[in-house]
Amino acid sequence: MSFPLLTATAVLPAVGAIATAAVPAARRTAAKWLALLVSLATLALAVTVLVRFDPDGARYQLTESRSWIAEFGVRYELGVDGIGVALIALTALLIPFIVLAGWHDADPLETKSSRWRPTQGFFALILAVEAMVIISFAATDVFLFYIFFEAMLIPMYFLIGGFGDRAHSGTDENASAQRSYAAVKFLLYNLVGGLIMLAAVIGLYVVAGNFSLQEITEARANGTLEMATSTERWLFLGFFFAFAVKAPLWPLHTWLPNAMGESTAPVAVLITAVVDKVGTFAMLRFCLGLFPEASKWATPVILVLALISIVYGALLAVGQRDIKRLVAYASISHFGFIILGIFAMTSQGQSGATLYMVNHGLSTAALMLVAGFLISRRGSRLIADYGGVQKVAPVLAGTFLIGGLATLSLPGLAPFVSEFLVLVGAFARYPVVGIIATIGIVLAALYTLVLYQRTMTGPVKPEVSAMPDLRARELLVVAPLIALLIGLGVYPKPLTDLVNPAVKHTMSDVQQKDPKPDVEAAK
Amino acid sequence: MENLIALLVAAPLLGAAVLLCGGRRLDRVGHWLGTLLAAASFVVGAVLFADMLGRGAEERTLSQHLFSWIPVEGFQADVAFQLDQLSMTFVLLITGVGTLIHIYSIGYMEHDERRRRFFGYLNLFLAAMLILVLADNYLLLYVGWEGVGLASYLLIGFWQHKPSAATAAKKAFLVNRVGDMGLSIAIMLMFTTFGTFAFGPVLEATGETSEGKLTAIGLMLLLAACGKSAQVPLQSWLGDAMEGPTPVSALIHAATMVTAGVYLIVRSGAIFNGAPDAQLVVTVVGAVTLLFGAIVGCAKDDIKKALAGSTMSQIGYMILAAGLGPIGYVFAIMHLVTHGFFKAGLFLGAGSVMHGMNDEVDMRKYGGLRKYMPVTFVTFGLGYLAIIGFPGLSGFFSKDKIIEAAFAKGGAEGWILGSVALLGAAITAFYMTRVMIMTFFGEERWRHRATASPDQPSAEPAAETHGEHDEPHPHESPRSMTIPMIVLAFGSVFAGGFFSIGDRFMHWLEPVTRHDHGHSPLSAATVTGATMVVLIIGVALAYVQYGRRPVPVTAPRGSLLTRAARRDLLQDDFNHVVLVRGGEHLTRSLVYVDHTLVDGVVNGTAASVGGLSGRLRKMQNGYARSYAVSMFGGVAVLIAATLLMRAV
Amino acid sequence: MNPVNYLYLAALLFAIGATGVLIRRNAIVVFMCIELMLNACNLAFVAFSRLHGNLDGQIIAFFTMVVAAAEVVVGLAIIVSLFRSRHSASVDDASLMKL
Repeated sequence: MSFPLLTATAVLPAVGAIATAAVPAARRTAAKWLALLVSLATLALAVTVLVRFDPDGARYQLTESRSWIAEFGVRYELGVDGIGVALIALTALLIPFIVLAGWHDADPLETKSSRWRPTQGFFALILAVEAMVIISFAATDVFLFYIFFEAMLIPMYFLIGGFGDRAHSGTDENASAQRSYAAVKFLLYNLVGGLIMLAAVIGLYVVAGNFSLQEITEARANGTLEMATSTERWLFLGFFFAFAVKAPLWPLHTWLPNAMGESTAPVAVLITAVVDKVGTFAMLRFCLGLFPEASKWATPVILVLALISIVYGALLAVGQRDIKRLVAYASISHFGFIILGIFAMTSQGQSGATLYMVNHGLSTAALMLVAGFLISRRGSRLIADYGGVQKVAPVLAGTFLIGGLATLSLPGLAPFVSEFLVLVGAFARYPVVGIIATIGIVLAALYTLVLYQRTMTGPVKPEVSAMPDLRARELLVVAPLIALLIGLGVYPKPLTDLVNPAVKHTMSDVQQKDPKPDVEAAK
Repeated sequence: MENLIALLVAAPLLGAAVLLCGGRRLDRVGHWLGTLLAAASFVVGAVLFADMLGRGAEERTLSQHLFSWIPVEGFQADVAFQLDQLSMTFVLLITGVGTLIHIYSIGYMEHDERRRRFFGYLNLFLAAMLILVLADNYLLLYVGWEGVGLASYLLIGFWQHKPSAATAAKKAFLVNRVGDMGLSIAIMLMFTTFGTFAFGPVLEATGETSEGKLTAIGLMLLLAACGKSAQVPLQSWLGDAMEGPTPVSALIHAATMVTAGVYLIVRSGAIFNGAPDAQLVVTVVGAVTLLFGAIVGCAKDDIKKALAGSTMSQIGYMILAAGLGPIGYVFAIMHLVTHGFFKAGLFLGAGSVMHGMNDEVDMRKYGGLRKYMPVTFVTFGLGYLAIIGFPGLSGFFSKDKIIEAAFAKGGAEGWILGSVALLGAAITAFYMTRVMIMTFFGEERWRHRATASPDQPSAEPAAETHGEHDEPHPHESPRSMTIPMIVLAFGSVFAGGFFSIGDRFMHWLEPVTRHDHGHSPLSAATVTGATMVVLIIGVALAYVQYGRRPVPVTAPRGSLLTRAARRDLLQDDFNHVVLVRGGEHLTRSLVYVDHTLVDGVVNGTAASVGGLSGRLRKMQNGYARSYAVSMFGGVAVLIAATLLMRAV
Repeated sequence: MNPVNYLYLAALLFAIGATGVLIRRNAIVVFMCIELMLNACNLAFVAFSRLHGNLDGQIIAFFTMVVAAAEVVVGLAIIVSLFRSRHSASVDDASLMKL
């Protein structure tokens, strides 16, 4: 058996997490550097995965398979397709930036009234999340996936509840109360989703007799595994509910603004750019792969919910007064696009949705991290507390604008490619849906530009007049993200080449063909 | 040769990248670098043009495939350029006029500490516009399309510290986004109809689909064009866009941005030719905007806003011509080019006037400036004569042709459109004469300025440094500003005649756009005669009202129409009440709904679970005997149940 | 005598014991009532043993006695220590099971 590359990619951050947590309390800086090094090493491993992966080869590659709980047919099975590789690469790429951006977020506070916050714990938890996310993206055993899908909640809970945003409008107790409210809400929402999924996982085992994604998919495809229509639909709903909470889809979204608003900017990025992607990824891989018929059955409702998410999220983003909550609602709108692309059941839609997951990760990271830098300077999350920042900190304002433009999917930046593919994919099958979704692009411009205008332009407010521009560390975080956004916007071919074959497989899972253009159909 | 095409785009793009990322080091050379790269692009364009002239009419299309952009199953978008006569015309206009505006800006923006960035944005504008006209498929065109929107956003809001500028920039971008929605829906429609959105295949396959589809695509393209070209109902951003520095206005109005819509319609000619209904809507939009812009132009006292109204109206002419189909395509483009010359000249002239007048924009505080700014006066005057269509100057040839073509449309439609175009010509003559008289002739009203209303808002921020209450000392602008104006004045005078001799321009564009003479119910001479008559009427009316009587320094209340026109015919009020207020209410109520209803359901569930468990908790009172009761009770129930089961 | 009568007696004793557990507060009395219930069970077991003609019931009765003896040891110890700390043998005073 060859070197277990995927396991190594996941184990490295896990070991790193333990090592970081074990660094003595006084050696804070050492813990930070250790976490950064581990995340960079993980990135190197992820790049190796990317290089070793052959897009045109077998569907699942770099597979590993070991017996684990033999009594229930649970196996430790890993393997990645193009979509998984892309998302593992995204995760491994973002973590170093998250670590670097959160460099000072967990430093102990000077004031007595606040709790002492262990730096080691913060970075260890981030690495732990990374390890679990990577396993989730690589797992091809449903039970294995489920375990890590749920286990992720534990470190996330502590990251949200334990390390809140220092820029809080209220008093310390108030801040801490809201923080724990957000953390508990996050946990409960996802636990409920997870429990329903657990029932469905058990149900699947009862029906199929094992947990292997590949085996079940194959058996479904060649007809050896029959499922009663109602059984399939119930199981599908069980899985989908959990993923829709995680993604999050309207009306299961309300935990996200709280969680993103109360946590520090890097953790907010971790939630929306990394952890939530597991939800949409799992829809694509598990919902469509395991329950193709039920997926088609549920499509109309899901498309409507996705459309509501797109428009509703964007409208709410317009109405927000808090920068981070605004970004959170914008993300809800974007997740609507991703889900729309997945369930449009066209090649363009699904390729677009996959690209969207990657690009949304990059664009939100860029916007949110710069917003975090901004917030840490002024100590307030309220949009109204800013004004004229571009005069005193032009680089900060410029990067913020680019992040914003990426969020509104300006052509030439990466998110445009994916958003347009999703729109085209949706339009090809459901023209009305496609047209309604385009309203989202106008609203995206509205909330982004309003945010930019209110914070960055206009007369300089006295409170921001002494604001320093981006520091070297911060620039190091933002510059590569922006370079990637531009690079993938101009030349997304490497990514599409990676994703296309995987999408083809998914399309054949659900036995769907792209609608033919009118002109060809007429011939 | 075709490998040079990418260089056209690359030069300004490089300029933008270097200037925007270069930092303060480049402050001293930035403007030269920007200008040089714009000029380099023009030189490349000229070389390609010379090469193109050397080949036969049917072999003039060059194409360059750079790389495959978005390859997805069944969906293929390439970064590929196509240079034909139509693109070439635009390339020369964009880079030529663009370079002149760059040169002008060196002087105009001399005292602005962010001049380097300004040139970076200008280069970005050129690059985006070049991508727009050189793209060989609609998706790449879309990149240029939005790139232009971005550049205009950055430039209109260049003086971001002014809230009005930031708002205007945002408004321009948002209104354009509404138009962009149309373009993206059009592209999606093309994709589902033809399976592709490259110009060649789409335009060839128009015959194979239904008229309904073509109409839908056409209308969506028109929506896009309305956004970019400031046509009714998406015209409201154009007036506010005057918040930007004056060279930006010149660039937006003459060489880039607003011409994009005309390009899009002419480029998609094959689609519109197959969809007469869409064409009709295009002509109606053009005709309405033509009058709308002209009426607004009559009422504005701000020199730049008056010119903005005029642009709207002139673009309306072009859209009208483009809607006429093959009869009008050539003339739309021809008017676009001549308009590019004289409108750029007029704006640069206006900038020059403002430069000499402490950045005052209110024409009521000008007057008699011809003595102090002779070069500006002459170049502006030539631009004025060109735009009103003075015989022999550029505007005369191009506008006259459009009016003729409108009549040639035939039927009642033709008569209506033709009359509207004639009426537009009269109003154009009126408001341009008004601008001319109020600025350069009459009493020197600026001498009494200090007693007038000093709190009048001023558009340019440099006013802060000059001190607003000083009496201005009108003076001619530096040479870097006057030379571009002189060059443009030459263009305004001679371009039209040059194009029309032997129908040169028509033969040049014909292979791309096709041309159809139509059957005009009126002879060319009649139309020209009628145009001359309305022209004289317009000028005479303006002279009577503004030349013979003194112009009051503060604007009179005016008639209902004047007041409405000053407020852009109430369009902004409509937008404000319906869209802005309505939107605010909508978002506010949604925020409330999200908080109370959606989140309320969740929190309610949590609270009821909490309440239930609170009640359950009360049963655990710690008294051993009460536990014993429940135990005995439970056992009793169990036994009873067992007995019952037995009995049954 | 009919062995069924012993069962009636056992039921009566059990009911007396149960009532005592429920209504008396003194821990010692409660304890004695529990013993009474246990012994009622023993009586029932022995009666059943007799009725069915095998020894199982009698054996279980022995077990019950052993358990009861062990319980008395532990239980009395608890009651004594409770009384020492609270100067009361009332079960209601010791609602310690509630947090």
